[in-house]
Amino acid sequence: MKYIKFFLVGILFGIVMSKAEIISWYRIYEMFKFQSFHMYGIIGSAILLGMVSMFLFKKKMVKTFKGEEIYVMPKKEGLSRNLLGGILFGLGWALAGACPGPMFVLIGKGVVSILVVIFGATLGAFFYGVYKDKLPH
Amino acid sequence: MDFITQPWEWYVAGPVISFIMFLLYYFGERFGVSSNLETFCSIGGAGKFVNYFKIDWRDNLWNLIFIAGSIVGGFIASNYLTTTDAVAINPQTVKDLADIGIMNAGQSYLPDEIFSVDTMLTLKGFLILIVAGFLVGFGARWAGGCTSGHAIVGLSNLELASLIAVIGFFIGGLVMTWLILPLIF
Repeated sequence: MKYIKFFLVGILFGIVMSKAEIISWYRIYEMFKFQSFHMYGIIGSAILLGMVSMFLFKKKMVKTFKGEEIYVMPKKEGLSRNLLGGILFGLGWALAGACPGPMFVLIGKGVVSILVVIFGATLGAFFYGVYKDKLPH
Repeated sequence: MDFITQPWEWYVAGPVISFIMFLLYYFGERFGVSSNLETFCSIGGAGKFVNYFKIDWRDNLWNLIFIAGSIVGGFIASNYLTTTDAVAINPQTVKDLADIGIMNAGQSYLPDEIFSVDTMLTLKGFLILIVAGFLVGFGARWAGGCTSGHAIVGLSNLELASLIAVIGFFIGGLVMTWLILPLIF
């Protein structure tokens, strides 16, 4: 039962990704062509409001529902990992027109071919794990 | 009900996504979708070959449940909350896509030239799908996050690592969109 809240938040996530057309390949292409404000408005407003959330967490004005302090684990530093990993991710994002969240939402839309993309993404994560120690970070 | 069935504007979607992030932290977890790909590897037994995947995937069960919910959300939205499949993209974008060989842009959510089952069953179409996914999965795990973990959480938290990653996302995305996509179709 403790998992049902994550299922419900996931449903909301799937609905907003679909209704705001974030799962549309065309919206991602349009974003990288700088021909619409839509995606920039979404990501930008999510970040601005996110800053308020982070402030509330840091000042301990909001705790978890169990009363524990909320600590946001910082991302790993490193120019190579973030820049090179980021570039590969960006190449894939613009080709697939979907980042990991929308990939799953597209299953719900009934897009069979997205399963191949998800399989590829899992394969990519696996190969990262295999070659991790040989890559610059 | 019109409000629900119309496409949602950015100023609705952005705050809703931010609220989802807030809720996940409030529930004692975090917001990051691409780490599920590693969990898939662990469930599939990758820990037998690579120590990196030797984790107890049950710790990430909440995140698998979250993406399971997102699949259901996608189903509900497209079957019950949407009246048209058209996406009102910029007319210039439609023209630009026609120029590189992608027709009928915006008449549905996805181009048939990449996502139709017929395309998927060709060698070229299959390779495009799998390479696109591979780049997303490999890149996200190397960078340690995707749009959710880096762009939204990391930038909200004013982290330099995430700023670098998002600059990388854009370098890759711009190169693909402006230089590589015109050569593919």
